[in-house]
Amino acid sequence: MGAKISIPVRRIDAKEKAGGWAKYIGDYEFDNLQHGRFLRSERARAKIIEIKKPVFPEGYYYVDASDIPSSGKNNIQMIKDDWRVFAVDEVRYIGETIAIILGPDKQKVLDLLNEIEIIYEDLIPAFTFDDALACKGGAVHGTDNIFAEYLLNVGNTDNAFKNADKIIEGKYETGFQEHLYMETQGLVGTWEDGKITMYASAQCPFYIRKSVAGTLGVPLGDIRVRQVTTGGAFGGKEHFPDVIATPLAVAVNKIKKPISMIYDRIEDISFTCKRHPSKITIKTGLDKDNNIIAMEIDTLVNGGAYESSTPIVLQRAILHGLGVYNIPNARILGRAVATNTFPSDAYRGFGAPQGLFAIEMHMSHIADELGLDTSDFKRKHFIKTNDITITNSKMHDDVKLEEMFAKIDEMSDYSSKVKKYANDPVKGIGIAFVNHGGGFTGNGEQVVIQGVVKMKRLDDGKAGLYVSVVEMGQGLQTTMRKIAAGELGLSIEDVVYDNPDTDIVPDSGPTCASRSIMVVGFLVQECAKKLKAKWEEGVGTEATHQYVHPEEFVWEQETLQGDAYPAYGWGINVVEVEYDPVTFEVKTEGVWAVWDVGVAIDETIMQGQSSGGIIQALGYASIEKCELKNGAFMQHTMADYTIPTSLDFPKVETVFIDNPYKYGPSGAKGAGELVFDAAPPAYAEAVQNAIGKRIYDIPVTPEMIMEALNK
Amino acid sequence: MKEIKFILNGKEVSVEADPLKRLLDVLREDKRMTGVKEGCGEGECGACSVLMNGVLVNSCMIPLGAVEEAEIVTPEGIRETEKGKLIIDAFGDAGAVQCGFCTPGMMMATEALLTINKTPEEEEIREALSGNLCRCTGYDLIVKGVQIASERGKDLW
Repeated sequence: MGAKISIPVRRIDAKEKAGGWAKYIGDYEFDNLQHGRFLRSERARAKIIEIKKPVFPEGYYYVDASDIPSSGKNNIQMIKDDWRVFAVDEVRYIGETIAIILGPDKQKVLDLLNEIEIIYEDLIPAFTFDDALACKGGAVHGTDNIFAEYLLNVGNTDNAFKNADKIIEGKYETGFQEHLYMETQGLVGTWEDGKITMYASAQCPFYIRKSVAGTLGVPLGDIRVRQVTTGGAFGGKEHFPDVIATPLAVAVNKIKKPISMIYDRIEDISFTCKRHPSKITIKTGLDKDNNIIAMEIDTLVNGGAYESSTPIVLQRAILHGLGVYNIPNARILGRAVATNTFPSDAYRGFGAPQGLFAIEMHMSHIADELGLDTSDFKRKHFIKTNDITITNSKMHDDVKLEEMFAKIDEMSDYSSKVKKYANDPVKGIGIAFVNHGGGFTGNGEQVVIQGVVKMKRLDDGKAGLYVSVVEMGQGLQTTMRKIAAGELGLSIEDVVYDNPDTDIVPDSGPTCASRSIMVVGFLVQECAKKLKAKWEEGVGTEATHQYVHPEEFVWEQETLQGDAYPAYGWGINVVEVEYDPVTFEVKTEGVWAVWDVGVAIDETIMQGQSSGGIIQALGYASIEKCELKNGAFMQHTMADYTIPTSLDFPKVETVFIDNPYKYGPSGAKGAGELVFDAAPPAYAEAVQNAIGKRIYDIPVTPEMIMEALNK
Repeated sequence: MKEIKFILNGKEVSVEADPLKRLLDVLREDKRMTGVKEGCGEGECGACSVLMNGVLVNSCMIPLGAVEEAEIVTPEGIRETEKGKLIIDAFGDAGAVQCGFCTPGMMMATEALLTINKTPEEEEIREALSGNLCRCTGYDLIVKGVQIASERGKDLW
């Protein structure tokens, strides 16, 4: 770590958060606040025959689709608008919003909710991939239950398979994952100055504005969204707040009073989006010298009942389908299916963890089958600078995987432990290599987002920073200030960066896709340069800067050809485990990470991202089981959906290498999702080496280990 | 409804409410002490941690009736003290704070630990924090924050 900007500073929000001064959505006081609760579908797929309601006392309301103004639409404007604000006539998944019950007393609202009886006529639901592909009960979406289907091709895969000396296949599955941000979902909608204002725990204030304006049929400027301090998000507060904000806005529009809609934990686990489950089949052809000459991948993700961002998640899953490997002939089919499960949506990694888990496990299974050392086999196939990618472009990055491998081998003693544990009855070690494309896929930044940032000289030598990306725990309040302050020669305290308010900040795009630092941070750096150049014009001087797409990155969205991402973060994780042959419980003995994130904007903040991302990923790989029963999640509480505690995993040993990216602020690349990607396959590989049986699915539970050993 | 008297952050207070009302709600709603957070409402996450007679408890699991005559300390009660400031600074220097929703509870857990063990080992720190869940940090830098607090606070606890 050589860069000056990497030197850690104390986070600007540390004190107010640690001491409990910071106000989250549930901590604000509003005069005359009404409390709302959703009436939700209890059936996965059914016609609504009748809704029997009690008499509502004065001041209590039942708000549904009939309250949407005639100018508006009962559709949530996301990427598509198939998801309905309120279900009408029929329901598609358990938990679908039917109405809001609201009033001044929380308990009375709950009592009213309990008195409502819905008469359904059940239809035949589809829950599994097989159900979806067979259109069980008739298509949930379109005519074939396919939200999106893509085919990627490089080389001549059919020919290459014909010349293959051996062919190895595997099928890999991953489950739902709940975000479990510590602060549940929550918004308060108010009527202020003749205008709806949403106070939101959220990642994307402009997404909420767009969806609410669309539902009510009013101009965007008629809706104001103010992000408040957000207690974790991880993708769960990217699009999902739209699902709360749109019916809430209909209710506020109706009664013109402030209404809070804050989930309790049971609602949050039961009725919010999860990570897409996946089922990925990989077939690989090898020549006589054990070089991979062909690969065919079939990727399925379960999008649930509505589309949301599922096609983009699928794109990322297949665009990361070959992992960090140079496969000259490859074909990847990706399909996202519709089912009658709760819609799946964004979760840190956005499809990449599913694709990377499959390819990493498959590579280890090939090595095992051929009696080769896993890391040697993987390293032999590393993609290098200028190699052809799955989208028929060149890898532009300076790939430093070998240097990184040398580093992690030294830190973890991986190579010698592999040999030492080969015949050990209970110990195992695993390694995974990943990359993660920063920013929106393809030309999304150029065509869809077109982000703008603004800066202004304020009184007392301060500068105002106006961006729509939010602090949600990842450190943006500090890192953005560091970038701006560095250019302007100010202290970070002299850069003012409030939680975004859509009436004040320009739309710099959403807080997602590992884009905030790499893309928006670069805009901030360029904008700060502009402001510096005219600083002497005095207080009030402004500068704006809009995204300009670097010409060397070319993308064709219709065919998914070209440069899928301008730059990748790269990473290696090693995980060491020991399992108990009596209880089949696994104890993790060591976790190591080496990352290339370009340049870390703050080394301590990045350490926090590394440890946090890895532990969240190790939860996904081991204990975070989220299952469906008749279309409902079986886990509802933090007692039955468990996440890692401070005792479950040891300290993560992390090292960053510098590899500056020329269009990143001070050379920084995306990092927030990368840190999630490598731990699941590294953990699963460690467990399979410990137990001597292959692992194909996560989470790897003790029950799964017992079954594998009994086979 | 019943009048319950207890000591809140060193001051005697009286609350008239249903004795089954959760202490968490009494603190947040009646006393507007929003440093106490609700993360789960079922005693799993520790975001609502307070000290009850010096012992770390989840205030969502304590009915108001049970705190009669008890001494309750919330984040508001220690953040301005020398020990509280030291923990907050140590957390800041360690990088222990991310989204911050669990952090006031972590501060309470740290105070409870250092009161009974001034110089805890890493394993003892992990044990002491194990009732407080965090989804952002992976705990490493919180553990470091407690270590820094322990080093700097040798003469305080």
